[in-house]
Amino acid sequence: MVLSLEGKTFVVMGVANKRSIGWGIARSLDKAGARLIFTYNQDRMLKNLEKLVEELNGKDPLILQCNVESDEEIENCFQEIKEKVGVIHGLAHCIAFAKTEELEGEFVNTSRDGFLLAQNISAYSLAAVARAARPLMTEGGSIVTLTYLGGERVVKNYNVMGVAKASLEASVRYLANDLGKDNIRVNSISAGPIRTLSAKGIRDFNASLNAIEERAPLRRTTTQEEVGDTALFLMSDLSRGITGENIHVDSGFHIISI
Amino acid sequence: MSNVLERVTKIIVDRLDVEESKVTPEATFKDDLGADSLDVVELVMELEDEFDLQFSDEDSEKIVTVGDAVSYIESQLND
Repeated sequence: MVLSLEGKTFVVMGVANKRSIGWGIARSLDKAGARLIFTYNQDRMLKNLEKLVEELNGKDPLILQCNVESDEEIENCFQEIKEKVGVIHGLAHCIAFAKTEELEGEFVNTSRDGFLLAQNISAYSLAAVARAARPLMTEGGSIVTLTYLGGERVVKNYNVMGVAKASLEASVRYLANDLGKDNIRVNSISAGPIRTLSAKGIRDFNASLNAIEERAPLRRTTTQEEVGDTALFLMSDLSRGITGENIHVDSGFHIISI
Repeated sequence: MSNVLERVTKIIVDRLDVEESKVTPEATFKDDLGADSLDVVELVMELEDEFDLQFSDEDSEKIVTVGDAVSYIESQLND
Protein backbone atom coordinates (compact mmCIF):
# COMPACT_ATOMS: atom_id res chain seq x y z
CA MET A 1 0.00 0.00 0.00
CA VAL A 2 1.34 3.41 -0.91
CA LEU A 3 0.71 6.75 0.69
CA SER A 4 -0.92 8.34 -2.31
CA LEU A 5 -4.03 10.51 -2.23
CA GLU A 6 -4.20 10.76 -6.01
CA GLY A 7 -7.80 11.20 -7.16
CA LYS A 8 -9.05 12.14 -3.69
CA THR A 9 -10.40 15.45 -2.46
CA PHE A 10 -9.92 17.05 0.96
CA VAL A 11 -11.30 20.16 2.59
CA VAL A 12 -8.88 22.17 4.73
CA MET A 13 -10.59 24.66 7.03
CA GLY A 14 -8.76 27.41 8.91
CA VAL A 15 -5.52 28.35 7.18
CA ALA A 16 -4.73 31.87 8.43
CA ASN A 17 -1.21 32.29 7.05
CA LYS A 18 1.97 30.43 6.10
CA ARG A 19 2.60 29.44 9.73
CA SER A 20 -0.81 27.82 10.25
CA ILE A 21 -0.82 24.13 11.09
CA GLY A 22 -3.59 23.83 8.52
CA TRP A 23 -1.13 25.02 5.90
CA GLY A 24 1.32 22.29 6.97
CA ILE A 25 -1.48 19.76 6.51
CA ALA A 26 -2.39 21.21 3.11
CA ARG A 27 1.22 20.92 1.92
CA SER A 28 1.52 17.29 3.02
CA LEU A 29 -1.77 16.35 1.34
CA ASP A 30 -0.78 18.25 -1.79
CA LYS A 31 2.55 16.41 -2.01
CA ALA A 32 0.64 13.12 -1.88
CA GLY A 33 -1.37 14.19 -4.92
CA ALA A 34 -4.61 15.20 -3.21
CA ARG A 35 -7.03 17.73 -4.61
CA LEU A 36 -7.66 20.46 -2.03
CA ILE A 37 -10.49 22.80 -1.15
CA PHE A 38 -9.89 25.60 1.34
CA THR A 39 -12.31 27.48 3.54
CA TYR A 40 -11.57 30.74 5.34
CA ASN A 41 -13.37 33.13 7.62
CA GLN A 42 -11.91 36.62 7.41
CA ASP A 43 -10.93 38.44 4.22
CA ARG A 44 -7.35 38.82 5.44
CA MET A 45 -7.09 35.04 5.35
CA LEU A 46 -8.37 34.89 1.80
CA LYS A 47 -5.61 37.30 0.80
CA ASN A 48 -2.97 35.12 2.46
CA LEU A 49 -4.47 31.94 1.01
CA GLU A 50 -4.55 33.24 -2.55
CA LYS A 51 -0.83 33.87 -2.35
CA LEU A 52 -0.03 30.59 -0.56
CA VAL A 53 -1.87 28.25 -2.91
CA GLU A 54 0.44 29.30 -5.75
CA GLU A 55 3.08 27.09 -4.08
CA LEU A 56 0.95 23.96 -4.41
CA ASN A 57 1.18 21.31 -7.13
CA GLY A 58 -2.61 21.24 -7.39
CA LYS A 59 -3.42 24.47 -9.22
CA ASP A 60 -6.41 26.76 -8.67
CA PRO A 61 -7.98 25.03 -5.67
CA LEU A 62 -11.51 25.98 -4.73
CA ILE A 63 -11.48 28.59 -1.93
CA LEU A 64 -14.74 29.28 -0.10
CA GLN A 65 -15.81 31.47 2.77
CA CYS A 66 -17.20 29.60 5.76
CA ASN A 67 -17.87 31.24 9.08
CA VAL A 68 -18.42 28.25 11.37
CA GLU A 69 -20.52 30.31 13.77
CA SER A 70 -23.31 30.16 11.19
CA ASP A 71 -25.13 26.91 10.39
CA GLU A 72 -26.40 28.52 7.22
CA GLU A 73 -22.91 29.39 5.97
CA ILE A 74 -21.68 25.88 6.74
CA GLU A 75 -24.60 24.40 4.83
CA ASN A 76 -24.11 26.72 1.85
CA CYS A 77 -20.39 26.05 1.80
CA PHE A 78 -20.77 22.27 1.64
CA GLN A 79 -23.63 22.61 -0.83
CA GLU A 80 -21.30 24.53 -3.12
CA ILE A 81 -18.59 21.89 -2.66
CA LYS A 82 -21.15 19.22 -3.54
CA GLU A 83 -22.15 21.04 -6.71
CA LYS A 84 -18.62 21.83 -7.84
CA VAL A 85 -16.70 18.76 -6.72
CA GLY A 86 -19.17 16.07 -5.64
CA VAL A 87 -17.47 13.55 -3.40
CA ILE A 88 -14.94 14.43 -0.70
CA HIS A 89 -12.67 12.01 1.13
CA GLY A 90 -11.59 13.97 4.14
CA LEU A 91 -11.69 17.18 6.09
CA ALA A 92 -9.10 18.94 8.22
CA HIS A 93 -10.71 21.12 10.90
CA CYS A 94 -8.07 23.64 12.02
CA ILE A 95 -10.30 26.19 13.70
CA ALA A 96 -10.27 27.64 17.21
CA PHE A 97 -10.90 30.98 18.84
CA ALA A 98 -10.91 32.56 22.28
CA LYS A 99 -10.61 36.11 23.52
CA THR A 100 -6.94 36.97 24.13
CA GLU A 101 -7.77 38.49 27.50
CA GLU A 102 -8.99 35.07 28.63
CA LEU A 103 -5.76 33.35 27.62
CA GLU A 104 -3.95 34.72 30.64
CA GLY A 105 -4.48 34.89 34.37
CA GLU A 106 -6.94 32.57 36.09
CA PHE A 107 -9.51 30.32 34.39
CA VAL A 108 -11.87 30.99 37.27
CA ASN A 109 -12.39 34.48 35.85
CA THR A 110 -13.59 33.27 32.44
CA SER A 111 -16.72 35.12 31.37
CA ARG A 112 -19.85 33.27 30.29
CA ASP A 113 -19.61 34.91 26.87
CA GLY A 114 -15.96 34.04 26.46
CA PHE A 115 -16.58 30.45 27.51
CA LEU A 116 -19.44 30.00 25.06
CA LEU A 117 -17.55 31.73 22.25
CA ALA A 118 -14.56 29.40 22.65
CA GLN A 119 -16.85 26.34 22.78
CA ASN A 120 -18.86 27.52 19.80
CA ILE A 121 -15.98 28.16 17.41
CA SER A 122 -13.45 25.64 18.71
CA ALA A 123 -15.59 22.62 19.61
CA TYR A 124 -19.18 22.79 18.36
CA SER A 125 -17.96 23.68 14.88
CA LEU A 126 -16.49 20.18 14.50
CA ALA A 127 -19.88 18.53 14.93
CA ALA A 128 -21.49 21.11 12.66
CA VAL A 129 -19.02 20.63 9.80
CA ALA A 130 -19.00 16.84 10.24
CA ARG A 131 -22.78 16.87 9.81
CA ALA A 132 -22.49 18.94 6.63
CA ALA A 133 -19.57 16.93 5.23
CA ARG A 134 -21.06 13.48 5.94
CA PRO A 135 -23.37 13.32 2.88
CA LEU A 136 -20.40 14.19 0.63
CA MET A 137 -18.25 11.37 1.99
CA THR A 138 -19.97 8.64 0.03
CA GLU A 139 -16.78 6.62 -0.40
CA GLY A 140 -15.92 6.76 3.30
CA GLY A 141 -13.81 9.50 4.78
CA SER A 142 -11.46 10.83 7.40
CA ILE A 143 -11.98 13.88 9.58
CA VAL A 144 -8.99 15.29 11.44
CA THR A 145 -9.04 18.08 14.01
CA LEU A 146 -6.32 19.80 16.00
CA THR A 147 -6.06 19.82 19.75
CA TYR A 148 -3.48 20.50 22.43
CA LEU A 149 -2.27 19.00 25.70
CA GLY A 150 -4.06 21.83 27.51
CA GLY A 151 -7.29 19.90 26.85
CA GLU A 152 -6.06 17.00 28.99
CA ARG A 153 -4.00 18.76 31.63
CA VAL A 154 -3.56 22.21 33.04
CA VAL A 155 -1.28 24.34 30.87
CA LYS A 156 -0.65 27.81 32.27
CA ASN A 157 -2.70 30.52 30.50
CA TYR A 158 -4.44 28.06 28.14
CA ASN A 159 -7.53 28.34 30.33
CA VAL A 160 -10.80 28.60 28.42
CA MET A 161 -9.20 27.07 25.33
CA GLY A 162 -8.13 24.02 27.37
CA VAL A 163 -11.74 23.42 28.32
CA ALA A 164 -12.81 23.91 24.70
CA LYS A 165 -10.18 21.37 23.57
CA ALA A 166 -11.45 18.86 26.17
CA SER A 167 -14.88 19.31 24.65
CA LEU A 168 -13.43 18.93 21.14
CA GLU A 169 -11.64 15.70 22.11
CA ALA A 170 -14.85 14.25 23.55
CA SER A 171 -16.67 15.33 20.39
CA VAL A 172 -14.13 13.34 18.35
CA ARG A 173 -15.11 10.17 20.22
CA TYR A 174 -18.86 10.68 19.85
CA LEU A 175 -18.54 11.65 16.19
CA ALA A 176 -16.29 8.65 15.53
CA ASN A 177 -19.03 6.39 16.88
CA ASP A 178 -21.79 8.09 14.88
CA LEU A 179 -19.96 8.29 11.58
CA GLY A 180 -18.21 4.91 11.79
CA LYS A 181 -21.35 3.37 10.28
CA ASP A 182 -20.59 5.30 7.10
CA ASN A 183 -16.91 4.33 7.17
CA ILE A 184 -16.00 7.86 8.16
CA ARG A 185 -13.18 8.06 10.70
CA VAL A 186 -12.71 10.95 13.13
CA ASN A 187 -9.41 11.59 14.92
CA SER A 188 -7.47 14.42 16.48
CA ILE A 189 -3.84 15.41 16.48
CA SER A 190 -2.52 16.90 19.69
CA ALA A 191 0.30 19.05 18.36
CA GLY A 192 3.14 20.39 20.47
CA PRO A 193 3.40 24.18 20.56
CA ILE A 194 4.10 25.72 17.16
CA ARG A 195 4.63 29.45 16.51
CA THR A 196 1.30 30.16 14.87
CA LEU A 197 -0.84 33.27 14.94
CA SER A 198 -3.24 31.59 17.38
CA ALA A 199 -0.46 30.35 19.65
CA LYS A 200 0.95 33.85 19.92
CA GLY A 201 -2.35 34.94 21.42
CA ILE A 202 -1.56 32.88 24.51
CA ARG A 203 0.29 34.75 27.23
CA ASP A 204 4.00 33.81 27.47
CA PHE A 205 3.76 31.38 24.59
CA ASN A 206 7.51 31.51 23.97
CA ALA A 207 8.05 29.88 27.39
CA SER A 208 6.18 26.74 26.31
CA LEU A 209 8.40 26.43 23.22
CA ASN A 210 11.48 26.63 25.39
CA ALA A 211 10.11 23.97 27.76
CA ILE A 212 9.65 21.50 24.88
CA GLU A 213 13.18 22.03 23.62
CA GLU A 214 14.59 21.30 27.03
CA ARG A 215 12.33 18.55 28.30
CA ALA A 216 10.54 16.66 25.49
CA PRO A 217 12.03 13.21 24.74
CA LEU A 218 13.05 14.36 21.24
CA ARG A 219 14.48 17.66 22.62
CA ARG A 220 13.06 19.74 19.80
CA THR A 221 9.93 21.72 19.06
CA THR A 222 7.17 20.37 16.86
CA THR A 223 7.07 21.48 13.22
CA GLN A 224 4.21 22.16 10.85
CA GLU A 225 5.59 19.39 8.62
CA GLU A 226 5.46 16.80 11.40
CA VAL A 227 1.80 17.54 12.05
CA GLY A 228 1.10 17.71 8.30
CA ASP A 229 2.57 14.26 7.72
CA THR A 230 0.60 12.73 10.60
CA ALA A 231 -2.55 14.26 9.12
CA LEU A 232 -1.57 12.72 5.78
CA PHE A 233 -1.35 9.32 7.48
CA LEU A 234 -4.75 9.85 9.09
CA MET A 235 -6.28 10.89 5.77
CA SER A 236 -4.80 7.89 3.96
CA ASP A 237 -5.90 4.25 3.96
CA LEU A 238 -2.82 3.35 6.00
CA SER A 239 -4.77 4.46 9.09
CA ARG A 240 -8.01 2.71 8.06
CA GLY A 241 -8.33 0.91 11.41
CA ILE A 242 -7.96 4.05 13.52
CA THR A 243 -10.88 6.17 14.69
CA GLY A 244 -11.78 8.14 17.81
CA GLU A 245 -8.06 8.48 18.52
CA ASN A 246 -5.94 11.40 19.67
CA ILE A 247 -2.38 11.19 18.35
CA HIS A 248 0.24 13.32 20.10
CA VAL A 249 2.70 14.90 17.69
CA ASP A 250 4.69 16.77 20.29
CA SER A 251 8.20 15.30 20.44
CA GLY A 252 6.81 13.04 23.18
CA PHE A 253 6.27 15.86 25.66
CA HIS A 254 2.95 14.44 26.90
CA ILE A 255 4.66 11.47 28.60
CA ILE A 256 6.89 13.68 30.71
CA SER A 257 6.09 14.52 34.30
CA ILE A 258 8.38 16.40 36.68
CA MET B 1 22.17 50.62 13.15
CA SER B 2 20.13 52.46 10.52
CA ASN B 3 19.69 49.25 8.64
CA VAL B 4 17.45 47.97 11.46
CA LEU B 5 15.01 50.73 10.49
CA GLU B 6 15.32 49.78 6.83
CA ARG B 7 14.66 46.10 7.52
CA VAL B 8 11.75 46.93 9.84
CA THR B 9 10.30 49.33 7.26
CA LYS B 10 10.46 46.70 4.54
CA ILE B 11 8.54 44.21 6.67
CA ILE B 12 5.92 46.79 7.64
CA VAL B 13 5.38 47.86 4.03
CA ASP B 14 5.04 44.24 3.02
CA ARG B 15 2.73 43.12 5.85
CA LEU B 16 0.50 46.18 6.16
CA ASP B 17 0.35 47.18 2.51
CA VAL B 18 1.26 50.80 3.28
CA GLU B 19 3.33 53.39 1.40
CA GLU B 20 6.97 53.39 2.47
CA SER B 21 6.79 57.16 3.04
CA LYS B 22 4.22 56.62 5.80
CA VAL B 23 6.56 54.40 7.79
CA THR B 24 8.37 56.97 9.91
CA PRO B 25 9.83 56.43 13.39
CA GLU B 26 6.94 58.49 14.85
CA ALA B 27 4.20 56.53 13.05
CA THR B 28 1.99 54.46 15.35
CA PHE B 29 1.11 50.95 14.20
CA LYS B 30 -2.56 51.13 15.09
CA ASP B 31 -3.59 54.69 14.24
CA ASP B 32 -1.13 55.79 11.56
CA LEU B 33 -0.48 52.48 9.82
CA GLY B 34 -3.93 50.95 10.33
CA ALA B 35 -2.75 47.72 11.95
CA ASP B 36 -5.32 45.70 13.90
CA SER B 37 -4.35 43.38 16.74
CA LEU B 38 -3.80 40.39 14.44
CA ASP B 39 -1.60 42.50 12.14
CA VAL B 40 0.48 43.45 15.15
CA VAL B 41 0.96 39.80 16.14
CA GLU B 42 1.90 38.88 12.56
CA LEU B 43 4.35 41.78 12.45
CA VAL B 44 5.98 40.77 15.72
CA MET B 45 6.43 37.23 14.37
CA GLU B 46 7.98 38.52 11.14
CA LEU B 47 10.34 40.73 13.13
CA GLU B 48 11.27 37.83 15.42
CA ASP B 49 12.18 35.77 12.36
CA GLU B 50 14.03 38.59 10.62
CA PHE B 51 16.21 39.44 13.62
CA ASP B 52 16.24 35.99 15.26
CA LEU B 53 14.85 37.41 18.51
CA GLN B 54 12.03 36.69 20.91
CA PHE B 55 9.78 39.60 21.87
CA SER B 56 8.36 39.04 25.35
CA ASP B 57 4.64 39.78 25.69
CA GLU B 58 5.31 42.54 28.18
CA ASP B 59 7.78 44.25 25.90
CA SER B 60 5.64 43.94 22.77
CA GLU B 61 2.76 45.64 24.55
CA LYS B 62 4.94 48.72 25.05
CA ILE B 63 5.70 49.02 21.35
CA VAL B 64 3.40 51.68 19.91
CA THR B 65 5.43 53.39 17.18
CA VAL B 66 7.82 52.19 14.50
CA GLY B 67 10.61 53.91 16.45
CA ASP B 68 9.72 51.88 19.57
CA ALA B 69 10.09 48.66 17.58
CA VAL B 70 13.44 49.75 16.14
CA SER B 71 14.88 50.74 19.51
CA TYR B 72 13.62 47.53 21.11
CA ILE B 73 15.27 45.43 18.40
CA GLU B 74 18.49 47.44 18.65
CA SER B 75 18.61 47.00 22.42
CA GLN B 76 18.03 43.23 22.08
CA LEU B 77 20.71 42.90 19.41
CA ASN B 78 23.19 44.74 21.59
CA ASP B 79 22.60 42.47 24.58
